Amino acid sequence: MRTCWVSLLFLLLAACDVGRHGDTPVDAAALAPTTDAAPAANDSLRRDEGVLTTLNRGNGQEPQTLDPHLASGVPASNILRDLFEGLTGESPDGRIIPGAAQRWNISHDGTVYTFHLRRDARWSNGDPVTGADFVFGLQRSADPETASSYVHVLAPIQNAEAVISGEMPVTELGVHALDTYTVQITLNAPTPYFLGLLTHSSTYPVHQASLQAAGRDFSKPGNLVSNGAYRLQDWVVRSQVSLLKNPYYWDADNVAIDKVVYHAIEDQSAELKRYRSGELDWTEEVPNNLFRWIQEHMADQLVVTPWLGSYYFGFNLTKEPFIDSPDLRRALALAIDREIITGKVTQFGEQPAFSLVPPGMPDYPRSVPEWAEWDQARREEEARRLYQNAGYSSEAPLRVEIRYNTSENHKKIALAIASMWKQVLGVEAGLVNEEWKVFLQNREQKSVTQVFRAGWIGDYNDAFSFLELFHSSHGRNDFGYSNPVYDRLLADIAKERIPIRRRRLMAAAEQILLQDQPIIPIYAYVTKRLVKPQLKGWENNIMDHHYSKHLYFETQTDEPADSSETLDEAGGDAAGR
Amino acid sequence: MLKYSLRRLLWAVPTLVLLITLAFFMMRVAPGGPFDSEKSLPPEIEANLNAKYHLDEPLVQQYFRYLGQILHLDFGPSFSYKDWTVNELIADGFPVSLTIGSLAMLLAFFAGTSIGTLAALRQNTAVDYGAMGTAMIGISIPNFVVAPLLILLVAVYAGWLPAGGWDWSWQRMVLPVITLALPMIAYIARLMRGSMIEVLHSNFIRTARAKGLPETTVIRRHALKPALLPVISFMGPATAGLITGSVVIERIFAIPGIGSYFVQGAMNRDYTLVMGVVVFYGILIILFNFLVDLIYAWFNPRIRYEDHG
Repeated sequence: MRTCWVSLLFLLLAACDVGRHGDTPVDAAALAPTTDAAPAANDSLRRDEGVLTTLNRGNGQEPQTLDPHLASGVPASNILRDLFEGLTGESPDGRIIPGAAQRWNISHDGTVYTFHLRRDARWSNGDPVTGADFVFGLQRSADPETASSYVHVLAPIQNAEAVISGEMPVTELGVHALDTYTVQITLNAPTPYFLGLLTHSSTYPVHQASLQAAGRDFSKPGNLVSNGAYRLQDWVVRSQVSLLKNPYYWDADNVAIDKVVYHAIEDQSAELKRYRSGELDWTEEVPNNLFRWIQEHMADQLVVTPWLGSYYFGFNLTKEPFIDSPDLRRALALAIDREIITGKVTQFGEQPAFSLVPPGMPDYPRSVPEWAEWDQARREEEARRLYQNAGYSSEAPLRVEIRYNTSENHKKIALAIASMWKQVLGVEAGLVNEEWKVFLQNREQKSVTQVFRAGWIGDYNDAFSFLELFHSSHGRNDFGYSNPVYDRLLADIAKERIPIRRRRLMAAAEQILLQDQPIIPIYAYVTKRLVKPQLKGWENNIMDHHYSKHLYFETQTDEPADSSETLDEAGGDAAGR
Repeated sequence: MLKYSLRRLLWAVPTLVLLITLAFFMMRVAPGGPFDSEKSLPPEIEANLNAKYHLDEPLVQQYFRYLGQILHLDFGPSFSYKDWTVNELIADGFPVSLTIGSLAMLLAFFAGTSIGTLAALRQNTAVDYGAMGTAMIGISIPNFVVAPLLILLVAVYAGWLPAGGWDWSWQRMVLPVITLALPMIAYIARLMRGSMIEVLHSNFIRTARAKGLPETTVIRRHALKPALLPVISFMGPATAGLITGSVVIERIFAIPGIGSYFVQGAMNRDYTLVMGVVVFYGILIILFNFLVDLIYAWFNPRIRYEDHG
């Protein structure tokens, strides 16, 4: 018997060894605040450690990086908005408000922006935030050495494209510090959405000294110096990123939540369970298959709001049968009953869409084709007429492949659309599902695709973010769409500085696009999440940006509210009796 | 024995090289690349990225570069977790997987062998049928069913334990360890029962009983050790499998182990991460098979690894 026990020794040893190893990072994390916070601030943190107001946010996938200039994707952006602050910021409802810059002037021709920084803005180590920090940050972001994947956000800045491609040194970028607290940015053309771009992480400043000291480790706990409302406390890969309030933040007095923990939870069902067991105050998503159940049982905590994204099907216009066949494309678009897709198939409260640009865009008129106003019967009638015009009939039906990336939701939608086409037109549609990267490559190569699922989430709150995708030279124009008139309109929009004319040009461009029908708009995206009722301070906004510094828990008012509620009930009871 | 061990370890080298070669080229055959996404990259940036990660070199050159890196045990930077190297990711994630996996294996070993022995001693009684029936269910119900059920009952409704996450506290280990151990318990119990019955019918047990030894001594002194042999040989690869993490468990319990890296890495075309994990798994599995052989020899006097041919 003893031998058998001994045989397990290696397992036990391994387990004990692990315990030791595992403790090390935790200890290091506990010590981390002392390394980058001033003693006074640290003492106050230590004292309050027991009563920190902590917000636990579900955050989807693991963030790819916390380097603001390399970041892409929603999880990293959510965290970086808390850690850093750009020249401009956003209010809870998504309006552009002053950020690190207190105010700014825009030149008459709309191409020179002069930003006046706050004198009291501080990095999380106490250093002042200066114009030089922003210049350094923007230059680093554009530097080809950095290889930022979101660098196109900087494209409106003078010389940005030349710098990005390495033809000019970074010092030629149109960004200059006029003095310690003044930054001037020169643009190629008036860009009405430019102030919005400055809330994007690729425009954030970085702390030069700490970056140079830590090198590629600068975004790790203990090294990262940030200028936002929070600073990095700890980061356990694929588990959680913890932030502590930055005591030096200029508006720290108005930041209610002391600690924010972003939990990386890939699985939406797991996220839901952790929310229900009280470990999360806020989820990133809700699982599709439990949406009905949540609607019935947790309606008071479910938040569904429009999001800046469009779901559509695209045609490959470079190959038969969709090359030179506007009638056929229109027929297929008309035959889809979007009310059924959103009301019976997806059921998440999405809005049926007839246009590319989603609703809720500021200063943009909705631009829909005339058939959007028709009823479905009339659309189907017209669809049959166009289908026959295009030379198809029940004897010679269109045979087509619908391609989508593997996902339960996409599959249901593709199935519904295939059966609508079959029912209305007699189209023989087959479904092909592909793994994400294979799908993207096939779309890009345009050799095997016919009809494919696509979607677009706007990078900035402007219709141009959607329209530019269909420029003949755009890298993600997987449709092979090329219309010189449309391209010229886009160029005009980029130059136009009178808002009302710009708006009109954009609406005209969208009309041309909808006329040419390289895509079939299906619906506008929504975000759906669970939020604890006592968490306040957030508002619905189409960008789905929710800064933790705006949030607070209704704890103080909680008890009186409760007692008044019971009083009311008691009063009601008494009156009833 | 020593010579045998050395030879086994030497054989590991060509095995690993073959593994690396196959994995390297299979990974590159897959369509798409690490930088493909729904948002397009400007061509200059893509060129910069490719240059940064040496993806612009001919494939064969990349292969030899990679082999050179491996010699220094440098797995390179991850493509999808940009702030971390593959070495850092494995160093952070492996202790988590190792802890959960070894605890599950320990639990499975003790519970499994006990149940199996009990079933063998009470062969063809209600105890036996009950234990083996339960084991059959344990094997057949997949852990992606067991895990959410356990979470719902224990964490959401009862509120005794957290529903997931990781902070090295025992509370967060309980459910994943149980989930991982359940099918293993069942499997080991069945193995143990079978081999115990076989051993109990062998001559030396009959001799021991004939000598008048008490039944407990017969079982503990004589039957247990040979009966454990199949269990030990099963446990080698099984332990290697458990401690390298489980995608399902890690997803459902939101545990930062290394099990998901292979799948996630493959989907993201994170070449370096997938390669790093493959090499790491390869080394572990070779090591565990080797260890099992040694333990086997030590357990079973009939096996001697001689140095012939």
